[in-house]
Amino acid sequence: MSSATSRVAQVRPAPTVEPATTAEAGAAAAAPGQAATETASVTGSNLPSGGGLPPEGTARIAADYSSYRVVAAKHPWRWVGTAAVALGVLAVAWSLATNPRWEWGVVAQWFTAQSVVNGLLETLKLTAISGILGFVLGFILALMRLSASPLLVSVSWTFSWIFRSTPLLVQLLLWYNLGYLYEKISLGIPFTDVRFFEVQTTTLISQFAAAVLGLTLNQAAYSAEIIRGGILSVDQGQLEAAAALGIPAWRRSTRIVLPQAMRAILPTAFNEIIGLVKGTSIVYVLAYSELFYTVQVIYNRTQQVLPLLLVATLWYVVITSVLSVFQYYIERHYSKGAVRNLPLTPLQKARKFFATHAVTNRKSL
Amino acid sequence: MTATPTPATRGLVEITGVRKSFGATEVLKGVSLTVEPGGVAVIVGPSGSGKSTLLRTINHLEKVDGGHISIDGKLVGYEIRGQKLHELREKDILKQRTEIGMVFQNFNLFPHLTALENVAEAPVVAQGRSKEEARRRGLELLDRVGLKDRAGAYPRQLSGGQQQRVAIARALALDPKILLFDEPTSALDPELVNEVLDVIRELAKSGTTLIIVTHEMGFARDVADTVVFMDQGQIVEQGTPQQIFTNPQEPRTRSFFSKVLEPAFNI
Ligand SMILES: Nc1ncnc2c1ncn2[C@@H]1O[C@H](COP(=O)(O)OP(=O)(O)OP(=O)(O)O)[C@@H](O)[C@H]1O
Ligand SMILES: [Mg+2]
Repeated sequence: MSSATSRVAQVRPAPTVEPATTAEAGAAAAAPGQAATETASVTGSNLPSGGGLPPEGTARIAADYSSYRVVAAKHPWRWVGTAAVALGVLAVAWSLATNPRWEWGVVAQWFTAQSVVNGLLETLKLTAISGILGFVLGFILALMRLSASPLLVSVSWTFSWIFRSTPLLVQLLLWYNLGYLYEKISLGIPFTDVRFFEVQTTTLISQFAAAVLGLTLNQAAYSAEIIRGGILSVDQGQLEAAAALGIPAWRRSTRIVLPQAMRAILPTAFNEIIGLVKGTSIVYVLAYSELFYTVQVIYNRTQQVLPLLLVATLWYVVITSVLSVFQYYIERHYSKGAVRNLPLTPLQKARKFFATHAVTNRKSL
Repeated sequence: MTATPTPATRGLVEITGVRKSFGATEVLKGVSLTVEPGGVAVIVGPSGSGKSTLLRTINHLEKVDGGHISIDGKLVGYEIRGQKLHELREKDILKQRTEIGMVFQNFNLFPHLTALENVAEAPVVAQGRSKEEARRRGLELLDRVGLKDRAGAYPRQLSGGQQQRVAIARALALDPKILLFDEPTSALDPELVNEVLDVIRELAKSGTTLIIVTHEMGFARDVADTVVFMDQGQIVEQGTPQQIFTNPQEPRTRSFFSKVLEPAFNI
């Protein structure tokens, strides 16, 4: 920050903004631009003096400011704002720390309890599996939607339409109760009696399977649209150039289009994943012991509702924070070539901040 | 060029009665043109006359509605079996395209790949060359267009003229028989135009067949064997630069050149 300011400040001031000396200098009309000349002739005062103007006609000698000291611009209101916000943050922190009803002791006690950690692992497992499967299926749906076949397009459209318009809760309960609708699931040749195998639906669809199925299909419907949007944002000329070079279709999608589409896909995709982390808590309706359900079970027993909700919340915060860091670096990876120069990572920024400050301090000695 | 023999023996382009419509408008109305191996044809004409469309039909980016195009006697995009023309499968079309390089007005470099990666991509995936070989050849080509030291730069870190030179190197990487240029300099600042034209001038001597759409008339006169004047989807007149620029026969050609040629050029 401060290094940027000083770099700007070091730029030599433009001649026209320097303080004027005499109105007589205006008559010399040595101002560089036409506009400046006009202003000068009207006000008769707004003209350069730097280095002293030679009499009319001769060339101006460039002024030398190299011995001047640079004073950084001051931002008093920024400081006022910072102080006000800091005060607010402090107040909130104080109340959190001192109000005994938050029961931080209980939070600490349960935070790493075995059952809570097990629930956390289940949450992570559900998120990872349905996140990955959801995006893979979403990618296929997006390609179908962009294909030239009307059948593929309408199948993909209908899929998104159905899964985006039914509540996830209903989907989950439907999957879990599939055994009620279809007692047996079998694989065979349609419209004949040939069956390769047959299973009881209830043995196939466990709580876990129902949770994964529901979350995945729902996620796929949303991811498909995100990925399709990203693909559409890539310039048509890219595909044309790749085709003209004889690059095969699959390679065109994966090597040329997708990496560029990723820039548009990633921010929304991470939104979705973070939403999914917390969204998995909805599978408590299946009595599936992920983080949220586990916490519920505990507070129903101990009646320490608030601190246990805090335990779950803090874990969600931790996961989201870790994901945000991933997001930052993955986005940075895909911005390769899209920005002229990659922005510095926070780590590099900090290093640079200290390096430049060390230098200025040494200078000012 | 490393191995192309001069005089050229490959890269004969024969366009016969090509028609193309977009919806109700006929954009190409029976265009016929022959470009000899190693020849340089420059296509000029008013905006919307179908120059780009003609160029795009040559590498089958645009399907023709009538007529045919052949390269060294082989049909582009189709195969003769019995009395029928069978449309080629995607795979075979892609293979044909590797023999026809194309350079676009707005470069169309892949922005997420470095200059060298842009050049080395197609030889690996379209021609099955080894990565190492493609890299080496890529550097050679970048050197040839004067950009060896910028091999690691991303397109957005290059000037327009440099980007277009990378695009030319990319097209050359497949050792094409024919190179198509669609207004290669019209997206460039005037002072960058020459660095690109100089590269194309060099290519013109190399024995690769060039078909160039351009509005740079001085360059056209320098480099062309044949100048082709197109208007409203038809070839109105073609001949040597001398014939077309100084002594056009058709009134339409005359009126076009009287508008576009700067006075100094008319002397
Ligand atoms: N994909 C398309 N769909 C509909 N019309 C098209 C399409 N491509 C080109 N055209 C039309 O075909 C005509 C010829 O276009 P073309 O791009 O070949 O002209 P051009 O000679 O290259 O012009 P310019 O010098 O401006 O590039 C134009 O009228 C254009 O509007
Ligand atoms: Mg055009």
